[in-house]
Amino acid sequence: MSTAPLLVEIGVEEIPDWMIAPAVGQFRDMLEKMLAAQRLGGKLRMADGTPRRIFAIFDDVLEQQPDAEELVLGPSKAAAFKDGKPAGAALGFAKKNGVDVGQLHIETTPKGEYVAVRKRIEGQAAKWILGEQIAALIPRIHFPKTMYWTGKNGVRFIRPIRWIVALHGDNTIPFEIGGVEAGYYTAPHRLLGAATVGVNAANYVDQLAGYGVIVSSAKRREMILTGISQLLMGRGLLARMDEALLETLVYLTEWPAPIMGSFDPGYLTLPEEVLVTVMRHHQKYFSVTGADGKLAPHFIAVMNIKEDPDGLVRQGNERVLRARFNDARFFWEFDQRKKLADRVGDLANVTFQAKLGSYLDKTNRVVGVVKELGGSAVAERAALLSKCDLTTDMVKEFTDLQGVVGGLYARAQGEDEAVARAIYDHYKPLSMEGPVPSTAEGCLVALADKVDTLRGCFAIGLIPSGSKDPFALRRAAQGVVKILVESRLPVPLGKLAAGDKGLLEFLLDRVRYYFKDVRGYAYDEVNAALAAGYDDLPDVAERLAAIQAVRPTADFEPLAASFKRIKNILRQAGFEGGGAVDANLLEAGPEAGLSAAFEDLRARVAMFRERKDYRTALALIASLRPQVDLFFDKVLVNAPDENVRRNRLTLLANLLTEFSAIADFSEIVTSF
Amino acid sequence: MDTFQETIFKLKKYWSDRGCIIQEPYDVEVGAGTMCPETFLRVLGPNPYRVAYVQPSRRPADGRYGENPNRLYKHQQLQVILKPPPNDIIDQYLGSLEAIGIDLAKHDLKFEEDNWESPTLGAWGIGWQVMMDGLEITQFTYFQQCGGIDLDLAPAEITYGLERLVAFLQGKDSVFDIDWTRDVKYAEVRHAEELQHSVYNFEMADVETLWRLFELHEKECQRLAGAYPGFPRKERFPVLAAYDQVLKCSNLFNLLDARGAISVTERVGVIGRVRKLAVGVAGMWLDQNLPAEVAQ
Repeated sequence: MSTAPLLVEIGVEEIPDWMIAPAVGQFRDMLEKMLAAQRLGGKLRMADGTPRRIFAIFDDVLEQQPDAEELVLGPSKAAAFKDGKPAGAALGFAKKNGVDVGQLHIETTPKGEYVAVRKRIEGQAAKWILGEQIAALIPRIHFPKTMYWTGKNGVRFIRPIRWIVALHGDNTIPFEIGGVEAGYYTAPHRLLGAATVGVNAANYVDQLAGYGVIVSSAKRREMILTGISQLLMGRGLLARMDEALLETLVYLTEWPAPIMGSFDPGYLTLPEEVLVTVMRHHQKYFSVTGADGKLAPHFIAVMNIKEDPDGLVRQGNERVLRARFNDARFFWEFDQRKKLADRVGDLANVTFQAKLGSYLDKTNRVVGVVKELGGSAVAERAALLSKCDLTTDMVKEFTDLQGVVGGLYARAQGEDEAVARAIYDHYKPLSMEGPVPSTAEGCLVALADKVDTLRGCFAIGLIPSGSKDPFALRRAAQGVVKILVESRLPVPLGKLAAGDKGLLEFLLDRVRYYFKDVRGYAYDEVNAALAAGYDDLPDVAERLAAIQAVRPTADFEPLAASFKRIKNILRQAGFEGGGAVDANLLEAGPEAGLSAAFEDLRARVAMFRERKDYRTALALIASLRPQVDLFFDKVLVNAPDENVRRNRLTLLANLLTEFSAIADFSEIVTSF
Repeated sequence: MDTFQETIFKLKKYWSDRGCIIQEPYDVEVGAGTMCPETFLRVLGPNPYRVAYVQPSRRPADGRYGENPNRLYKHQQLQVILKPPPNDIIDQYLGSLEAIGIDLAKHDLKFEEDNWESPTLGAWGIGWQVMMDGLEITQFTYFQQCGGIDLDLAPAEITYGLERLVAFLQGKDSVFDIDWTRDVKYAEVRHAEELQHSVYNFEMADVETLWRLFELHEKECQRLAGAYPGFPRKERFPVLAAYDQVLKCSNLFNLLDARGAISVTERVGVIGRVRKLAVGVAGMWLDQNLPAEVAQ
């Protein structure tokens, strides 16, 4: 059967950079599925995108759809045949499917026997199928926000579709979307080529490259990286690599070319944080450092054009950066006219959340939480000033720098260095990988800030559900957990949740996430450690480390299985007692042996537990395994004598309670 | 090199040649060219329209006493509305850049996602900021909704920030150094205005008076809106006068905001009040202007 390559390109006005790769993936998958469903074969050669196009090329797509057979089920055999003869239902079914009743057969299905017919479906020419299918599939590519452009009820897409290339071999596939007819003309680079140029599956990549479009995103990435190394070569300079920025630039350009520009070293007196933010977030430049890691007065911009022979692009970018830096310097100087301490009252005019009031309200609450947590005067002062930078021009312009600017200003305005540091750090950790604040005061303020947000939002019902979390409460809760563990703050979660059960559960969920997904503990280990108490998270971390260390030893899992058994026995017996074991009721042999071993161990385990030497304590508990095994082997817990039975249950209950303070072993999943 | 006003002449001529009515600035204070009736009302409904005009736009909170080289209380926008947008609209836009002397082959041009939204106007659109050598020179938007109403024709709005654009063309680091004419700098024309309005907006505007004015204009607009349904000959009804009241309210809101006089709880509420007026006027305008057969 003859085949030909299939090329489909959707030509669009500039697609937002971050949406291109996901759209390419969807388009490729939809085409693959469609070709399979239509029995047209096809092997993916390439799928990729630039700001103005999403395309895919498949090889070996059939020109004629093969014939197929379809099984159509009809009425049940019982209904269709009376006394072995076809009845009305069978005749009707045969007629409906255009076959003679003799062509029907009986098909046995899990639901019973049915009349059925095999229908032959004649294959169609691929171009008709492809036209219909591709026209239906393109508007189904999902984008986060779409628009219409031909009119109110017109087709929707991420940006207006301006051309479509759809070729099967040399033939145009006939279809139309939003008034655009598919054809074989594409539009190359806006400034580097012609208005339109004809392409086919064989020459697509090269033809477009000839007109200023590198269709491969991997190639564009490589061009940027190579270009940057060439700019830096032999100059003793390094670019600060930034994967997210690189990705953005790959999808903002059709022909990327890096250039290096410079700025007046005088601007280096501005804080590095400000300079980098301007370059990175506002101008999409890579910043450049010297070998010493300090910022150098250069930047790297990536053009969407091949070269800058007259240096106009470089000069233009330098001028823009100069203006931005001037702005920043102006903001800095202007902001110093009013100290942070004098801005607290202005926070009344900055909304935190409609029902939760202004940032002044929030500040007062955060100071309260800091006091509640026993914070120092330094922490209180930092909390009071922590949000004041929201009223500065610098933060209004560079919102990413909230906190950082406050810290820098506090330092410049003669606040205690510890206060400045705490303000600077109090939005940390910015992610699960990011560091927590570097000082105890910073941790406390960061914690209080997040706790206040969580308490407030939960109190007014703004609780995250599914993927909806507009106030980033998950991140706040993760920050709380990370700070508690990593800065070793033994503040009980219950205290932070302040009686809100939903919030406590939400925090616990983040605790599990943290230990499992961030720290890599097994889920049953996390459950075992948390079941033994979660009020002191740094302690949970230490107990978990011990559990993980002791788990591979030979006695651990069998003992865990025994503990589970003990728990079940106690539950089945409905035993809630405790108290001391009556030594006189103990049977000599395994029972007395276990009791003696337990008594012998308990004081030592308690001592090591007190010292937080959980590893030794757990190893000691695990060493009890032979006695426990022997006990279960030889002793009948449900003794006929009620007193003996109670005494045995008491022994087991004491054992369980005493040895579950580090981890609840019954939570460990064992193969026993 | 072209002066500030020569660049404006060229842009107006360019869009005039492409079928645009060249309007003059609207004479009520606005925060952006979008708010002029020539945009806000004309984008509604199914009738094609093409217009371009320069609009001085007041943003009280952006004032910097004329001290910041790039921040202005009042800047000039050149606003183009193409309804419906032609298929080659971006090429036409690029042509306008060439018309003011930009050699596109020698510059880096990027269209970066930037969607526009105005809660006070109940309006939003999809588009880009157009970056030339790292400088935002234009805001380009396909309107989708205005006054809370889905737009029939998704008009395109092209907004050139004239000070920024001309500073780029003239290679100036400060907008105040722009050559307005061969002999007169931008600062000579506008610096006093920047300084004095900043003093007024930030220091001297009387909050109580501004609130009273806001309420008066709001009431006047509401009174008119209330009279519309029973008004006999709709074509005579002063919808346009009602819209002026909306613009007054919007500007007063901006002034109060710059003065730091709008409290947390009030803010969302006041935006909602202006929006309600704007939505009401948009509805009246459509009702008044829609041909009967289309309205059915």
